[in-house]
Amino acid sequence: MATVEELKLRIRELENELIKCKQKQCAVEDALQRPKIDIMSAEVVDSNPYSRLMALKRMGIVDDYEKIRTFTVAVVGVGGVGSVTAEMLTRCGIGKLLLFDYDKVELANMNRLFFQPHQAGLSKVEAAEHTLRNINPDVSFETHNYNITTMENFTHFMDRISHGGLEEGKPVDLVLSCVDNFEARMAINTACNELGQIWVESGVSENAVSGHIQLINPGETACFACAPPLVVAANIDEKTLKREGVCAASLPTTMGVVAGILVQNVLKYLLKFGTVSYYLGYNAMQDFFPTMAMKANPQCNDRYCRKQQEEYKKKVAEQPKVEVVKVEEEVVHEDNEWGIELVSEVTEAELQAATGTVPDLPEGITVAYTIPAEVKESGETVEETEQSLEDLMAQMRKL
Amino acid sequence: MTDEATRRTVSQIPLLKTHAGPRDRALWPQRLKEEYQALIRFVEQNKAADNDWFRLESNADGTRWTGTCWFIHELLRYEFHLEFDIPVTYPDTAPEVAVPELDGKTSKMYRGGKICLTEHFAPLWARNAPRFGLAHLMALGLGPWLAVEVPDLISKGLVVHKERQREASE
Ligand SMILES: [Zn+2]
Repeated sequence: MATVEELKLRIRELENELIKCKQKQCAVEDALQRPKIDIMSAEVVDSNPYSRLMALKRMGIVDDYEKIRTFTVAVVGVGGVGSVTAEMLTRCGIGKLLLFDYDKVELANMNRLFFQPHQAGLSKVEAAEHTLRNINPDVSFETHNYNITTMENFTHFMDRISHGGLEEGKPVDLVLSCVDNFEARMAINTACNELGQIWVESGVSENAVSGHIQLINPGETACFACAPPLVVAANIDEKTLKREGVCAASLPTTMGVVAGILVQNVLKYLLKFGTVSYYLGYNAMQDFFPTMAMKANPQCNDRYCRKQQEEYKKKVAEQPKVEVVKVEEEVVHEDNEWGIELVSEVTEAELQAATGTVPDLPEGITVAYTIPAEVKESGETVEETEQSLEDLMAQMRKL
Repeated sequence: MTDEATRRTVSQIPLLKTHAGPRDRALWPQRLKEEYQALIRFVEQNKAADNDWFRLESNADGTRWTGTCWFIHELLRYEFHLEFDIPVTYPDTAPEVAVPELDGKTSKMYRGGKICLTEHFAPLWARNAPRFGLAHLMALGLGPWLAVEVPDLISKGLVVHKERQREASE
């Protein structure tokens, strides 16, 4: 039997071997990775990764394609939509990408694009950076492996949005929301309203057969809190939709389409070509792409949204010749500050009473839910108390 | 679906008054007091109704909550650790409650053990913000979830009573 000393020696040997293997692996990867390219060339040779993109210029689609290298985009959520979005931007030669995600790659993600089984267990941002850097070493990357909705991280997130540009200290050009939950979308909305940061929301429905993108320019277009979430009408009878035993479904196709329309809109916005969409939906069941634009709600719950609206009004007044976004629909946000409404799907009448007005929206787009206008019975509220917070905490512990 | 019993329970929880999240330094302590008041009342009501089923406590600034919840099934008590952070957008959005030890055991859960609430929860919360607090989250979110999931997990053998587990291993 081996002694402890012998085993220690063997461990050291194996460690050294591992280091050598790693070095060899890195050398191979470095050799495979192309050197950085200083200037984007339009020359059509098989060694130029940008020739087909630069052809957009020659064809007169884009005025100045090279400008892509000056832009910074933050991608929040590097899942089914975010990872593909980041890959598309990387291949297009974006200047800098900031990636935010707290999650790890799991084998359960393999029905989606981008990540590979051998990356299981790595943080999504780390795995994504590694792959993307190999695809295009000209792009700068900054990754943050945390949940943006908690206090500490949110402050850092705000700081990186306002200072994480290609030129350190400058804000990013665009924030893309590729998250899968309401809390994170609202957190991005809060940050962007406070910073006056333009961003694009994206989403895929939990049944995987619809999705949307929504460009939000604080003060000008409706923010995420201006109205209940806008969703693509499913045209599926809710009664036939089985939700028992599952949380959410997902398809690589729908996620790929949404990432595609998201990045297309980003390119059009950044490189100034075509028409930029304010809201573009995708109904996979009927192959229908509804579009619309909605202006900000003066009664929005977010006070920074209202503040940005004031500033936008001033800006427009100062520059009367600036082309104003064509606004098709305005959502009337029902004021329900003190209305208490307990909903249940017990009867149709009850459902009717608990439902607010559905705003007038183009065919194919609806709201995820409505907020009823009338104030029903007011419930009992907490009483004034002499007790301090510490007293209450102690009381709770003693229960 | 919010059943009649849940509705009655929820209607007894006092509503909160202060619209403030954790980033609001001036008003958050007041909101936190109201959260504790509502939670204390809710636990007392549960005890009175012989249906005591959870305890919660927070860190000093009230941004991180941990506790236990339990479910009685066929006279046996199944206890679980629960935790959640208060998102910066609270109380406009509800926290995501996690029961980490059940992660991977049910499809009614997102990664990290966050419970998957029914499609009725989000509209309900939105309609009642900011007057709903953590006690409402327990009553409308975690309570109904445990009632559906735990018996199912027990029947599938994915959750085993701690005493029985010990017996089995002896
Ligand atoms: Zn708004």
